[in-house]
Amino acid sequence: MLGFNLKQLTGVGIFLFMIFIGVPFAIGVTGRWDFYFTLTSVALLAIASAGVWLTFYIGRINIGQGAFALIGAYVSAILVVKVGWSFWISLPAAGLFAAVVAILIGLPILRLRGVYFAMITLVLTQVVTLTALALPITNGARGISNIPLPSGISLFGIPILPDFVAMESTKLAFYYTACIIMLLTYAALYRLVNSRLGHLCRSMQQNEELASSIGVNISYIRIVIFAISSFFGGLGGAMFGSIAQSVYPSSFQVADSVNFMLNCFLGGLGYVFGPMLGTLVLYFGWDLLFEFGKYQMLIYSTILIIIIRFLPNGLLSIRFSKGGDK
Amino acid sequence: MEQILANGVYLGSQYAMIALGLTLIFALMNVLNFAHGQMYVIGGFVTYTFYGHWGVPFILALVMSCVTLAILGALIERYLFAPVIKGSAREESTMLLAAGIAFFLDAVILLVFGEKQRGVPKIVDGVFNWDFRLIMPYDRILICVLAILSIVAFIALMQYTKTGRALRALAQDRTAAQLMGVNVDRYSMIGFALGAMLAGLVGGLLVTITGVNLGMGGATSIKAFMMVMIGGAGVISGAIWGGIILGFMEAIGLALLYQYGDITYLVIFVSLMIFLAVRPQGLMGKPWG
Repeated sequence: MLGFNLKQLTGVGIFLFMIFIGVPFAIGVTGRWDFYFTLTSVALLAIASAGVWLTFYIGRINIGQGAFALIGAYVSAILVVKVGWSFWISLPAAGLFAAVVAILIGLPILRLRGVYFAMITLVLTQVVTLTALALPITNGARGISNIPLPSGISLFGIPILPDFVAMESTKLAFYYTACIIMLLTYAALYRLVNSRLGHLCRSMQQNEELASSIGVNISYIRIVIFAISSFFGGLGGAMFGSIAQSVYPSSFQVADSVNFMLNCFLGGLGYVFGPMLGTLVLYFGWDLLFEFGKYQMLIYSTILIIIIRFLPNGLLSIRFSKGGDK
Repeated sequence: MEQILANGVYLGSQYAMIALGLTLIFALMNVLNFAHGQMYVIGGFVTYTFYGHWGVPFILALVMSCVTLAILGALIERYLFAPVIKGSAREESTMLLAAGIAFFLDAVILLVFGEKQRGVPKIVDGVFNWDFRLIMPYDRILICVLAILSIVAFIALMQYTKTGRALRALAQDRTAAQLMGVNVDRYSMIGFALGAMLAGLVGGLLVTITGVNLGMGGATSIKAFMMVMIGGAGVISGAIWGGIILGFMEAIGLALLYQYGDITYLVIFVSLMIFLAVRPQGLMGKPWG
């Protein structure tokens, strides 16, 4: 069916069951309601990380996802608060705006490679943060707060999405929303990687000149990929702003950009679902270690160093270490 | 105007030293050392402990900073970077390691030295005043001179000693250097130690003026990345130029736009992006380094 084997389908089935029924059940039993916020954050950060992973796929190190997440968060916040749009329309708008910005910036900077691209994207994060501080529409350092919760949508009188304000537990609603968007993102990513475009990306990852010489339009593809990547970044950022109900220039900083990149490394650059796992381990792990107080950072970084020391190709490489190339 | 130029030289000489260590490590091992800023902070804290806390002579405290960081750098290279570089499918994986080390060093600094801002007594008192056109405290002048001397010493080391020749060969072509009989593993370690040592030295020098605190690490790393980019990654002369240019840009920008604050950095960052879009390999870098 659709080219998937039974094992893959079972895996996806178990995964879906886990996140939609297993997790709420477990939280209901243990009473750790704070995990909803953590897991929602994981899902949203995983969306942005998926974008970073995609730029890795064409052989570029992207440390600029924080910039696009911040752009997305601001666009959505401004559209909802100042223009009065519904959040659900502002969400794709935020993604599209981030993508347009990515195209404009990408045209010159995508010519760079290797560490040059990595460092210029790092600088880009800083530029966007400083711009948010300087522009009048973003309210400077005060940011935009009191963003209303997403309102409901109904088409021809039939409610499609419920109104978040009227809900008792917005946590659960946000959790489901974030999970659904994450699933859509990764489904799109999986489809993309296994399409013709994905093959072209792999050829670029190995050798751009060679790819170009056999007729791959590399400048077109890298712009498209960078735009898609930033779309995910904007989407994740916008959703994040809506959950936190506020956006500040410090919402996404250089450290966040670096974390997005680390998520991809940790999960494994060779695996589509790598960034999802990486985000879960990094973010959730950080939260779990909270009980260690001032030793939190020490333990966290030690574990991180040990993982990369012994599994330099990412966590998912354990499963595939005995033969099999993908 | 004289004041701005003097500030530029002062800032530039420090920045150049930070960038030198980063670019050296990058040239030798293709590693973007995210932990460079943290190494700088550790250097500052070591000098603070020896000079400010225990009253050891300043020069001796500086030497201790260098030694500590050199050992730290050597250990990190030997037991972390070298094995990871050998084992990973893509070279970029070392970035995760470098970031992990940056977190780790941050945690260590927090536990050992705390999060307070630390300063040390001035090494020399007095202010140089030339007709109110140029005002510069003597300790700043001293630090600036020391920084320039260290840069000269470093260049001499790279140019005229056997170690320097081996390091340059390694930076040019790893395989070829190995075929010529350079002990690649050993010199990678020496190079990393040297880069870390430079970071420690700057930290030790600057603690006398700006003091040192935990949060400086990340910001310093970003500045160092920028300088390396301006000059071209992995090129020694490029790092020095990058440092000087950024130092002057900051001195001039802060003098002209001081009432707007952060706008200076925004202008610097944006002009850097435009510059790199036009000349991706920096001033003197190899294309596609």
